[in-house]
Amino acid sequence: MTTIDPANDQTSPDQSATPVDAVVRGTGTRATRLLGIGTVIAMGWLVAFGLGFSPADRDQKESVRILYVHVPTIWIAYLAFVVTAVASAMYLFTAKKSLGWDRVAGASAEIGVAFVAVTLAVGAMWGRLTWGVFWQWDARLTTTALLFVSYIGYLAVRRLGGSHQQRAKRSAVLGLLFVLEIPLVHFSVRMWRSLHQEPTVANTDLDTQMDGLMLFSLFVGVIAFTLLYFWLLLHRSRTMAMEDILEDRGLDDALVARRAEGDIDMRGTS
Amino acid sequence: MEDAGFILGSYALAAATVLFFAWRTIRHGRKLAEQVPDDQKYWL
Repeated sequence: MTTIDPANDQTSPDQSATPVDAVVRGTGTRATRLLGIGTVIAMGWLVAFGLGFSPADRDQKESVRILYVHVPTIWIAYLAFVVTAVASAMYLFTAKKSLGWDRVAGASAEIGVAFVAVTLAVGAMWGRLTWGVFWQWDARLTTTALLFVSYIGYLAVRRLGGSHQQRAKRSAVLGLLFVLEIPLVHFSVRMWRSLHQEPTVANTDLDTQMDGLMLFSLFVGVIAFTLLYFWLLLHRSRTMAMEDILEDRGLDDALVARRAEGDIDMRGTS
Repeated sequence: MEDAGFILGSYALAAATVLFFAWRTIRHGRKLAEQVPDDQKYWL
């Protein structure tokens, strides 16, 4: 007969409850889990269409497959920075001055920076294949690098000292300022002579000259990175809320400890 | 596939960046969540 040692029983309530509790206590909810599953499925479709079903281009051959990552990441980075600006405006220009808006702005900017980093890195690989070099001080590349550095500065400013309200106020101003770089990046290929090609889809003529399956693959990429953006935004803004709570608690504890030290000093001198 | 190294490399680089960012966010969130009471987690 098999006996079960309760100390080693993996199915005992205490043992089995730990992973479930860890999920409940974290930043996940049913909605984020569903969003996460949708993101994974969409990413699978992106790989299937981007590397498999989509045809090679007449001029760029197979290297066109990098487009399905390069373009969606910069578009969603634009979206992330616009969300940062809107959330910054909501913080600055509403009477409530809710720190929730500030956290959404900060979380969105972080994701945007990660996406621009991907755009620049995969763009360098695409540049190597089509232009023969990883980098050129071309108008589009330079303005994108400027956008990247600006938002790194925005994130650095968020980490300066001060209260949460001070952080929110100064970063909101920058969030509204830096978003003005997006039209500069997007229209740089029209404003200056550029090695980078002009917009194929989001052009001012609204005339998309692209193969149907290639356009669909690009659409899959946009959906996949949009889902990923919202999934990350929910998790990161919740994490930021907990960072603020713990920072406040740490400050409260430090004040209590300092007051207790003061009481001891007063008793010692009296 | 022609230029497979660069093409697959660009997808791998994008995946690695995104996965690292997601992993860091989730792990950091779980660590902090252990110190914050549930009634202060507005999403629960």
